[in-house]
Amino acid sequence: MYRYDDFDEAFVRNRVAQFSQQIGRRVEGALTEDEFRPLRLMNGLYLQLHAYMLRVAIPYGTLDSRKMRQLAHVAETWDKGYGHFTTRQNIQFNWPKLTDVPAILTALADVGMHAIQTSGNTIRNVTADHFAGAAADEIADPRPYAELLRQWSTDHPEFQFLPRKFKIGITGAPHDRAVTRSHDIGLQMRRGPDGSIGFEVSVGGGLGRTPLIAQSVREFLPEADLLAYVEAILSVYNMLGRRDNKHKARLKITLHELGRDTLAALIEARFEELRGHVPETLGPALDRIRAAFAPPAFRQADTAVHEATLRVDPLYRRWAETNLAEHRDAGHAMVTVSLKAHGATPGDASAAQMRVLADLAEAYSYDELRISHEQNVILPHVHKSDLPVVHAALLRAGLATANVGLVSDIIACPGMDYCSLATARSIPIAQAIGLRFKELDLEHEIGPMKIKISGCINACGHHHVGHIGILGLDRAGVETYQITLGGDGTETAAIGEKAGPGFAYDEVVPAVERLMLAYLDLRTAPGESFLEAFRRLGPAPFRAALYETEGARDAA
Amino acid sequence: MSPRFSPSVVTANALLEGDVVWLTADGVWTRRMAEAELIADPERAEARLQLAQGQHHSVVGPYLAPAKPGPNGPEPTHFREAFRTRGPSNYPHGKQEDPAHVSL
Repeated sequence: MYRYDDFDEAFVRNRVAQFSQQIGRRVEGALTEDEFRPLRLMNGLYLQLHAYMLRVAIPYGTLDSRKMRQLAHVAETWDKGYGHFTTRQNIQFNWPKLTDVPAILTALADVGMHAIQTSGNTIRNVTADHFAGAAADEIADPRPYAELLRQWSTDHPEFQFLPRKFKIGITGAPHDRAVTRSHDIGLQMRRGPDGSIGFEVSVGGGLGRTPLIAQSVREFLPEADLLAYVEAILSVYNMLGRRDNKHKARLKITLHELGRDTLAALIEARFEELRGHVPETLGPALDRIRAAFAPPAFRQADTAVHEATLRVDPLYRRWAETNLAEHRDAGHAMVTVSLKAHGATPGDASAAQMRVLADLAEAYSYDELRISHEQNVILPHVHKSDLPVVHAALLRAGLATANVGLVSDIIACPGMDYCSLATARSIPIAQAIGLRFKELDLEHEIGPMKIKISGCINACGHHHVGHIGILGLDRAGVETYQITLGGDGTETAAIGEKAGPGFAYDEVVPAVERLMLAYLDLRTAPGESFLEAFRRLGPAPFRAALYETEGARDAA
Repeated sequence: MSPRFSPSVVTANALLEGDVVWLTADGVWTRRMAEAELIADPERAEARLQLAQGQHHSVVGPYLAPAKPGPNGPEPTHFREAFRTRGPSNYPHGKQEDPAHVSL
């Protein structure tokens, strides 16, 4: 994986020193909160409901054991012994003291990590397919391009004061696991007619208050033009983005107001101006970055122990069915470690669990780890002969929950348990759904199901693209939950439809249960997923089940 | 000031820890809501808020939060303010770690 060069190192160290001084001046009273707030947000430090929160970037979700151990150290030394992995592949610490932040940032810098541009109206952490560099269906590893974009966007003087935050997502595979079309720029790798690598570029995606799926503005952009084209998009947005109204300031609104064709023409015109200015050193720079992401030399060995364990150990078999995915090397597998134990907080890992994951990565996954936007951790390259040992170690650490892609593998934002923007809680809803479906023991029968929960309309929990989306709102001083149906975050992206009136806090779990039982009744065969059944039948029978109206089965 | 002013407390977050604090009648900050001053008069509420806003060296983001009288002192009327008196619901962290800090 990419390691900081001297420039990266000096930049991060300088920023730590600068922000530490700013914290010192705030504590001494030389800076007011109005003066300090934009400075702390530039450095990923929020003030939430009960405490400060530090959001640390995990570029394109890639970590090694050294970084993961340092996150464990931070969690244990300056926080409450855990961290929260987010839907943007970052980690959040929920309890740092203001005066401890310089020490935390220094510890992070020691392993090439930081919290820069994890907040504010800048280009945020570039997110990528969590199976990048390992997936069987991939054209090429998208992370070298993500790293190029990271270097280009970090402290980019033109793009530090954008109209609003700006998110870029990238995937190298035709199956979109990175929700690229919910980003301001979605990059989907394609092969040109001559076999060369390029990208389909979509712009103007975003969830939040006005959810919109990104629209394609370039079917095939050669890789050599990537930086100039992305800069052209940012440049047009920086000029035309609505600075008069925060709620209309994202690129998606510019796209909506101008129309795709006009926006695309403006981007192309700006691109023509910029493409001649891309330095000739870009090609060699990309080659150097690419070399840092060269795949490991995958070892060849017998996989009989894996097959034998599958036959004799039902617990292992169930885990293998849900938590393993096909690796590009037939002898290896990608292991998704679920951070969704039934009843646990989605995305949370204790310091002890982080260390187990670091140890396993070092011993069995060529020292690589990934964080997924679905708030799980991936061991991307595990040889199949090592899987039984890895599974046993995960079991001991409480990390072997066999539920990836199922009902209880829920995305949930921190909600009103932590976030000062939230209008209702998310986490306890996720916990309760997980516990109920464990009790029912139905989730393996139900099959692929994506439930996504947000505690406010900003949609950090991606509820719009959940097969079932749950949005927590404050309705006249009462927590109320609106359910959406039929959302999809993949290459067939769709925004879910509102089902109808909201549900009270205690009514959400029974409502989800009615939906699931109705689906089991309605599907033509076990192979027809919830989303497929919804697309075939439309919302009516699901609404009937949700609201127990006439014609619905009695699911009570 | 709104004609429909409801009794309120002045609340904020402490600068160093971010912990929730309330303003007492003596003009000091407390970690227990029950010790806060419940202000029924809108003009006094505005004056107390201004006082709080001047204390940016010790607190962040002061605002008026509606509250009601309880047997031990002011109590929250909105669920958000109730969560602020306790901490998150998924772990026993925050004020609920130390029962002395929980008003309710």
